[in-house]
Amino acid sequence: MTSLSAVSRRDALCLTAAAIALAPGLARADVAAVEAELKKLYGDKKAGSGKIKIDVPQIAENGLVVPINVEVESPMTEADHVKAVHVFADGNPLPGIASFRFTPACGKAAASTRMRLAQSQNIVAIAEMADGSLFSTKSEVKVTIGGCGG
Amino acid sequence: MSNKPVPRVRVPANAKKDELIEIKTLISHEMESGQRKDSAGATIPRKIINTFTAVFNGKTVFEATWHPAISANPYQSFFYKAAESGEFTFQWKDDDGSVYETKAKLTVA
Repeated sequence: MTSLSAVSRRDALCLTAAAIALAPGLARADVAAVEAELKKLYGDKKAGSGKIKIDVPQIAENGLVVPINVEVESPMTEADHVKAVHVFADGNPLPGIASFRFTPACGKAAASTRMRLAQSQNIVAIAEMADGSLFSTKSEVKVTIGGCGG
Repeated sequence: MSNKPVPRVRVPANAKKDELIEIKTLISHEMESGQRKDSAGATIPRKIINTFTAVFNGKTVFEATWHPAISANPYQSFFYKAAESGEFTFQWKDDDGSVYETKAKLTVA
């Protein structure tokens, strides 16, 4: 696998598929769109780091079904709990993915779902705590075949 | 051609008090994103489930807002700290106004 000619048939197919997936000039959300969404929710308030964690695969073969799990460290008491977590993507046609609203009755601020990703991109999650403080994190997913076909 | 969405939930039947239980839910739904085009080039209108709610004994425990980026047959899991025996009501709200609902009982010892 040292020379170019050694690119396997399978790799070639994957590359072609990726090229096709990227070819149409679809409108895509971008980093700015995600920031605009965040601004709509929380204004200019700065988010801290830590506490929140997103679990996504590093490489997603099928962009139509990409598992995501978000978890926020919190005692989940009346006084100190996670109110909401919002998840965004900066490379999809629309920036929003999902918002989760937690209550102290949850006991643990964690939720999983499955999402569609059009291409390799960053997933951004922001958690709002009961006292109004914000925590955010970001994780990159490489997508082999995008999930926005049609 | 779309069939009526069928919800499926997994809730343990029994739990100890203060035990953390994971609740897993799934509903069959195409989650049409509104981004796709049909063979004639016309955009297929968006039709997704936009809200999922879990209520226990009349009190909302967890709620999720879904955007078109959620996969078809949406899966959602979350946690519940078992406090008392009762019944969960799970609701999925469709863009077309329909509401799909299912219930599950939990006994806390």
